[in-house]
Formats: sequence, structure tokens, C-alpha cells
Amino acid sequence: MAINWFKYSAPTTFYGLAGKLIPWFGISAAILFAVGLYIGFFVAPTDYQQGEFYRIIFIHVPSSIISMFLYLIMAGYAAMGLIFNTRLSSMMATAIAPTGALFAFISLWTGALWGKPMWGAWWVWDARLTSELILLFLYLGYIALHASIDDPRRADRASALLAIVGSVNVPIIYFSVQWWNTLHQGSTIKFSGTSMHVAMQQAMFITLVACWLYAIAVILARVRSIILERERHTKWITELPEVKN
Amino acid sequence: MKARQKRFVFIAVGVAAVGLAVALVLNALDENVSLYFTPTQVFNDEAPHGRSFRIGGLVEEGSVKREADGLTVNFAITDTHKRIPVVYKGILPDLFKEGKGVVAQGSVGPDGVMKADEVLAKHDENYMPPEAADALMKAGVANAAAASAVGAASAPAAASAVK
Repeated sequence: MAINWFKYSAPTTFYGLAGKLIPWFGISAAILFAVGLYIGFFVAPTDYQQGEFYRIIFIHVPSSIISMFLYLIMAGYAAMGLIFNTRLSSMMATAIAPTGALFAFISLWTGALWGKPMWGAWWVWDARLTSELILLFLYLGYIALHASIDDPRRADRASALLAIVGSVNVPIIYFSVQWWNTLHQGSTIKFSGTSMHVAMQQAMFITLVACWLYAIAVILARVRSIILERERHTKWITELPEVKN
Repeated sequence: MKARQKRFVFIAVGVAAVGLAVALVLNALDENVSLYFTPTQVFNDEAPHGRSFRIGGLVEEGSVKREADGLTVNFAITDTHKRIPVVYKGILPDLFKEGKGVVAQGSVGPDGVMKADEVLAKHDENYMPPEAADALMKAGVANAAAASAVGAASAPAAASAVK
């Protein structure tokens, strides 16, 4: 049986598929958030050094991971839009940016809230924190650049270049704690194993999956609005039941 | 070559070029990107003179002494090779402990003592309940555990000491 992989790469078909998927991702995100945060706040033990303060990791670590991954995915979609001239890829890139910016902001914000009681400073200009701040600025720059050009196809191309060039920053964020002396600690989750108690790990893993599902749900919802906006002159949009009425 | 292949090559070459440029810049900046100097680097005269900088390492065991005014603290930062005495007047962060990571900012006087205006705690990447930490310390793995527990602070210190 031949599967037509490209069937859903057209906005026409993807619009309907995304609409069907959103509730599933949304509901499972809500359930996993509840479970993950319950384990994180009530089951996971107190840390031997940081006491209760360490519990910020159940928000902070997933946000940081997703802010970095989303950037690479956004740059990938932007590159695909540039290379293949596919409409949906550029729309996906545009839809990802605000969610990525949100997670980068949450990561910086929760890090600051934790940094004051633990390190003794809200903010330090070390390599990890600075490069994550640059990531937030890249997201904001991408959004601003895209919004400043009226023709959507030209906006796609210009902002795609920014997204692709900015992807160089992501490995810098990840390896910053190895390459330089930083105040931020090294990675807890490594390929060689994890230096963390099991219940803490489970809670962090579940909230990570929950954050992913949430991110997918809102990105799909956003890409649907973008499709509606950009394709509003086409026949299939005017025939959609939700548009007709 | 088709137009889309050309665009692909253009983007791939572009990203590689930007990556190389950034790598060269970061390599040139090298130590300037690091948040702190290790005591060994300070002894090797790599730290700046006449202006404030940061020293990072571990708080030497048994070196913490509080003065009668209750605010001034004396301690030493070590990277297990060299040590720098520090005097600091102010409130220390909660995680400040002997044997744990610390970063102090200030300037080193002619007597070799750093007068710090800011002391930050650097903590490690290990998360466990207190009972587990106790059990680790009691068991024979105390050395390994302690080594990995302070690893976050001492690893970069040891790495640059080796350099």
C-alpha cells in the first residue's frame, strides 16, 4: 500500500487534520500536567541541598529544553519553506515562534526566581543565561521581522534567513556549561546517566511530555488561524462550514 | 542543478559559514566568556589587574570564620591546587557551605586577599533526598559521591588547571 506522505503538506488537508488533533493533544497535556506536578510537588522528596526550592525544575527544565528544540524545528520549517517553496512549512515556522518565545521567557523567569534564593543573584551574565536570553531575542526578532513585512511570502523568506542563521545559537546554549566556567550547573541528564532521584526524574519527564503536548496543541491551533488568514481568498475556505455561517 | 537544490546548497553553506565565524569569535573571546577565574589562573597571573573580577572554586573545608560583627566572613576559595583567601561583608546565599561551589567578585589586594563585594553560591547537578545523600556518605562510595557532588564546581577548575 502506498501512503501519500504529502497529502497533509497542503494547507487544505492539514487544516482539517489539525482541527481533529488539537483536542487530543490539549486534553492529554492537561492530564499529564496534573500528574507530573502532583508527583513533583507531593511525591518527589526534598533535595539534600536546595530543600524545596529545587521544585522549580519541573517547570524550568522542560521550558528550557522545549525553547531550544522548538527553535531548531522552527528553523527547519523555515528552511523547508525557503527550499521547497511550500506554503505550509512557512506557516508552521510562523506558528511556532510565539510558543518558543513563551517557553524561553518562562525558562529565564523561573531561573531568576530560583537564582535569587539559591545563588544569591537574580541574574548573572554567564554563558548559559546570556545565550538563552539571546534565544528569546531571536524569537522576538523573528516575530517582529515577519510582522514588519506586509507581503506574507516576502516576510516568510526574510524571517526564514534570520531563523536559520540564529540556529547556530542553540548548540552554544547546550554546550555553554561545558565550554566555559558558568554559574549555571552542568547537565543533570546526560547520555551516561542521570544524577537525580527517581521520583524527581519521573515528575520532570512527565511535565516535559506535558509541555510538548501543550506546545503542539497551541501551535496547531495557531497554524489553523494562519491558514484561514492567508488563504481567505480561496474557494475552499469560503466553503468551510465555520466560515460560511 | 534544480533551483531548489541550489537553494539547499546556499543555505547549507551559509549556515556552515556563520557557524565557523561564530566558532572563531567565541574561540577568540575564550576566557572572556567565562564567568570566573580559578585560583590557579589567578596565581598564573591570568586574571586582570586593577579591576574587579570573579574567582570561582570550592569553599575550603575549615576555612570559614565569622568576625565578631556577625557580618564579616573570612574564607578561602580553592581549586584543590591553589587557594585564595576572601573577606566578605554581607549576607551569604543559603547554599554557601564549606566544600561547596562558590563564586566571589571583588579585587585582590597586594596582600593576596580578595575583598569581595558579591558572593554567589554555585551548586551542582545532583538531586537527591537528604537520606540518600547521608547513605552515600556513610557507604564506601563517600569519595565518589563527594567527587561528583562537587564536580560541577571542580570539574571546570580541574580542567583549566590541567590546561
